[in-house]
Amino acid sequence: MKNDVIIETRGLFKRYPLGEHTIVALNDISLHFSKSEFAGLVGPSGSGKTTLLNIIGSLDSPSEGSATVLGNQIESLSSRKAAELRNHHIGFIFQTFNLLPVYSVFENVEFPLLLLGLSADERKKMVFEALEWVNLADRAKSKPAQLSGGQSQRVAIARAIVKRPAIILADEPTANLDAENSHHILKTMVTLNKELGTTFLFSTHDAKVVQYLRRKISLIDGHVASDELCQPA
Amino acid sequence: MIIPRLALRNLLGAGIRTWLNVVVLSFAFVSIIWSQGLLEGMNKQAADAMIHMEYGNGQYWHANYDRYDPLTLEDAHGAIPPTLQILVDNGKATPILITFATMYPNGRLQTVLLKGIDPNQSVMGIPGEFLAKSDAAIPALIGARMAKNTGLKIGDIVTIQWRDVNGTYDAQEATIVQVMTTSVQSVDNGTIWLPLKKLQNMTGMIGQATIITLAKGVEPPATNDTWQFENLDCLLKDLRDMVKSKSIGSSIMYIILLLLAMLAIFDTQVLSIFRRRKEMGTLMALGLTRVKVIQLFTLEGALHSVLAVLVGALYGTPLLALFAKVGWSLPENTDSYGFAIGDKLFPSYSLGLVVTTTILVMIVTTIVSFLPARRIAKLKPTEALRGRMA
Ligand SMILES: Nc1ncnc2c1ncn2[C@@H]1O[C@H](COP(=O)(O)OP(=O)(O)OP(=O)(O)O)[C@@H](O)[C@H]1O
Ligand SMILES: [Mg+2]
Repeated sequence: MKNDVIIETRGLFKRYPLGEHTIVALNDISLHFSKSEFAGLVGPSGSGKTTLLNIIGSLDSPSEGSATVLGNQIESLSSRKAAELRNHHIGFIFQTFNLLPVYSVFENVEFPLLLLGLSADERKKMVFEALEWVNLADRAKSKPAQLSGGQSQRVAIARAIVKRPAIILADEPTANLDAENSHHILKTMVTLNKELGTTFLFSTHDAKVVQYLRRKISLIDGHVASDELCQPA
Repeated sequence: MIIPRLALRNLLGAGIRTWLNVVVLSFAFVSIIWSQGLLEGMNKQAADAMIHMEYGNGQYWHANYDRYDPLTLEDAHGAIPPTLQILVDNGKATPILITFATMYPNGRLQTVLLKGIDPNQSVMGIPGEFLAKSDAAIPALIGARMAKNTGLKIGDIVTIQWRDVNGTYDAQEATIVQVMTTSVQSVDNGTIWLPLKKLQNMTGMIGQATIITLAKGVEPPATNDTWQFENLDCLLKDLRDMVKSKSIGSSIMYIILLLLAMLAIFDTQVLSIFRRRKEMGTLMALGLTRVKVIQLFTLEGALHSVLAVLVGALYGTPLLALFAKVGWSLPENTDSYGFAIGDKLFPSYSLGLVVTTTILVMIVTTIVSFLPARRIAKLKPTEALRGRMA
């Protein structure tokens, strides 16, 4: 079990100065995540979910403590090394989808592979494979503006999964979707998690997401209130 | 190689806004080449005319000769040195004797330069055959401007008065045998052309000259100290200076145009930096380094100039080619320009002009694209991600 740990945080703090005070967004977070986990951070708004995901995703660095992701020490990573880590091993899914507006669906999904320098043939094969997973192969030529919210988020999932990253970080992926689309997307992610062994880490306060989780970590005011394994429905 | 590709994709994806900027920039680009080509054409045409009419491949001047000071003429004459005499005998050079005189057209006094040339020479474009054909005592050839200023016509007789080599005054009547039309003012204004032998006899300066002009393509031989060689660079210096000063004046127009285009691109870039924050954050999250994001946005702006050059070439090439072929009819009083250009001006677009303009436009566009993009450097990925998507 210990050998499988791919994310580890130890005594993580994140503080933001606010006038004379400081906001403590993360307060002594120590967590482990193993390969193939399907885990969620839950908690009220402002509890530090996004902040923790950003640090694990090497987009941000902690004020104190350490985070190790796939053997990389996040707090001492250069911005170039961090970009490399994200490029190779981490997929992001955002609440607002964040598709690149002038690119087609195909080009959006292709983007991470371009950065990895794969050949056109390889890229095409992998993009269509990813689009098949999310059931959007027929919309490859569409522009993001022509897609519904659910479809957009599925494109975003395809973009995150296409390079077969070790970790996918999803910050409130269903917040802008209706119930039906939310379930659809979560089922897709569960399947990908099982088939590819990708570690999924969510942040959410959506009960629909929670019922799919196999591990639920509750954050309150920046610290871990509970960390429990659950039986998904 | 991925950055150029993404930049082009973004740029073309932006649609109408891109093309608007590109078209404005291409106007600036084409009009710079247009106006500079006009001046280059002017320069070339004037220089060609002056070389044809007067300068050949350069001139030997008598050491005392100063073209800005007619009073020096009194002493500025001498025997033709042997090395040059050989060229003269072979038609590869021609001597000119210049002397200061006064004439009285219609009873008014006017100072003129008498210039003697060999009527049979072909080194200069002066039509000496009219002097050879005439049997008048003193046949005289003048230019159209001179004719207009003095009211002289073909067949008119005018009294001219000069001083000979000893300083003694003498006067005689000359007959205007021809009025020549030329764009070169220095062979026209205030000048009367006479047969060389005649002028040498009149002044007693037998076998002497003030200037010896080399034919085109003839290399200048070494001579004695009395004769100094003036190459074309020296002879055409005044013209070049004048064109340069005009070029600065006309630059102002296209600098304004260029500024306008730059403002449009700068504005687009600044807007991008603010409106596309979330996009930048997304790119960073997907693994693009900050440096790469800056490169991407700078290149996106800079590529406007590449498109502008392409678009400009598309409509500019036929337009400018046509213009160069048909020429530009000059208004009546273009003489006031002080240039020797005919009544039609043919612009000349050199490769150097096109290349320099292209590079200039590209450098300036890149700078205005980079300045706003530099702000991205201060952006943290997390901050960028919180920004608004366009
Ligand atoms: N850049 C920042 N500057 C100052 N304070 C910040 C900044 N980013 C986050 N915070 C603060 O840190 C705390 C945690 O924020 P975070 O975004 O991680 O919460 P969250 O759990 O994701 O909330 P939500 O559910 O609303 O997304 C909040 O109090 C927030 O105001
Ligand atoms: Mg959040």
